[in-house]
Amino acid sequence: MKKFTYTEKKDTRSGFGAGMTELGRKNPNVVVLCADLVGSLKIDTFIKENPERFIQCGIAEANMIGIAAGLTIAGHIPYATTFANFGSSRVYDQIRQSVAYSNKNVKIAVSHAGLTLGEDGATHQVLEDIGMMKMLPGMTVINPCDYNQTKAATEAIADYEGPVYLRFGRPVVPVFTDADQKFEIGKAWMVSEGTDVSIIATGHLVWEAIQGAEKLEEEGIIAEVINIHTIKPLDEAAILKSVAKTRCVVSAEEHNRIGGLGDSIAQLLIRNDLVPQEYVAVDDSFGESGKPDELMKKYGLDAESIIKAAKKVIRRKQ
Amino acid sequence: MVKERIRDIEKLKEIASQVRRDILRQVYSSQSGHPGGSLGCADLLVALFFNAMRHNTSFNRKGEGEDLFFLSNGHISPLLYSVLARSGYFDVKELSTFRKLGSRLQGHPTTHEHLPGIRMSAGSLGQGLSVGIGAALSKKLKMEDNYVFVLMGDGEQNEGQVWEAVQFAPHYKVDNLVAIIDVNGQQIDGPTEQVMSNRDLANKYAAFGWKVLHMDGNNMVDAVKTLAAAKNACGNGIPIAIMMKTEMGAGVDFMMGSHKWHGVAPNDEQLANALSQLPETLGDY
Repeated sequence: MKKFTYTEKKDTRSGFGAGMTELGRKNPNVVVLCADLVGSLKIDTFIKENPERFIQCGIAEANMIGIAAGLTIAGHIPYATTFANFGSSRVYDQIRQSVAYSNKNVKIAVSHAGLTLGEDGATHQVLEDIGMMKMLPGMTVINPCDYNQTKAATEAIADYEGPVYLRFGRPVVPVFTDADQKFEIGKAWMVSEGTDVSIIATGHLVWEAIQGAEKLEEEGIIAEVINIHTIKPLDEAAILKSVAKTRCVVSAEEHNRIGGLGDSIAQLLIRNDLVPQEYVAVDDSFGESGKPDELMKKYGLDAESIIKAAKKVIRRKQ
Repeated sequence: MVKERIRDIEKLKEIASQVRRDILRQVYSSQSGHPGGSLGCADLLVALFFNAMRHNTSFNRKGEGEDLFFLSNGHISPLLYSVLARSGYFDVKELSTFRKLGSRLQGHPTTHEHLPGIRMSAGSLGQGLSVGIGAALSKKLKMEDNYVFVLMGDGEQNEGQVWEAVQFAPHYKVDNLVAIIDVNGQQIDGPTEQVMSNRDLANKYAAFGWKVLHMDGNNMVDAVKTLAAAKNACGNGIPIAIMMKTEMGAGVDFMMGSHKWHGVAPNDEQLANALSQLPETLGDY
């Protein structure tokens, strides 16, 4: 398979911060709101360069979402930023009514999604946000995989008119996608072609999928690895094309098994081309405190789990 | 076209009488909706849309150069629909579709069906003041010297998000914003003092840093005067709150003084009785 290497590790939230810096310089309509987490969101440069376009909302996320919705009316493009848990489950009704139902051009950009938030534990480790957000009609849901992809996504969504939920994370992870990539909302990225199993991953699990596929190759199993950075709208054609060839799927995500990318894929397969699927996801539980790597291993969100799932799903298709 | 301002109080009262007829006939027709609060706030919305606000009835969602109004207590939608139609945003005949299948006049106002005059969906309470603040900040960033008006209910003050917004506006000196609270003392389960007391709402807003004005919301002279005073008070680094005393069901004797007509439609006899108290001034739709 295609070889992927990396020279450095960075956090995806820093990719978001870098993207905001670029947007601050080139798009005068972009405004940033934050609920007392400026340092965590890496938006210091944007704020320094555009103080008049930054709105510190304090620890009041519901109000922040409403203000963001109001800002869109005259044509501003607000990025409402906080931790993923506080930008989704805490403010679901505000997003539902004032953003999604009102079809407002609000970008909800949230860090510290999933288990890799680490030591703060389950109160902060949202594992249900993809599900909640994708259920809202008209909402675009994006979960990029590394620094460069997050930066590209951050900039791309400013040019798209409509509500977006952009989810990224806290830990440093390998930077393996191109620095000058073009980010296309709703377009899957074919990471590596294969024939025996489709490994379809989002977010931090994409690198794990690549690691898993390399080990599988050593055992003679050629996996196709696809990165779905946009969970909604889902690139259905890319997934169906892949399973037409491989006839089985492993979905991989840092999210509850219920309601995430895996469920979106399962719905697609049920309606179009029923092939076996295995989930690499959190098995309907809350997280806990620990180091990101320890948590990903304990909850089965690593290359080892992907390899196991791939072998199982290949057996199931026979 | 830019809505011409009506300064004749008697003319404004005539419009309010017709608006109240529209409210009752809409709610009667669909046997569903919220007449109590709608009747109570009728004078205010007539004063806003026919006197106080600079607005353009050839609707542009962005509202550049216009004063904006956000209804946070979205359940008084029959009032908003009547005032928008009577202002000229859409044909008054469309009021007959209120709350019916396929209508742009949804139970609670929404942008989803593209009804002219609506810039934000409302219904789930407590969200409108935040939205109004966002729109007001946007106007400041774009150097527009317009006002943003937000109407909330007093029961709605139970919602936590309202207080997040109340603390935000003075901190950011959002001084192109006028928040109006309909103090009718009633909410669904009974008198506000019994369900969840607001205690001294005026002093609460003042303590958060707002300039507080008082208005008799069922007195057209006072409504016009207080809205003008509110606009004059803008631009001084302080947001404006109006404590608007109203009577739920105002204009219809048997609907006043109780929370019972919050969300109940009149029957044939009740409608006839109510309409007999309200002169048809502009012609029913």
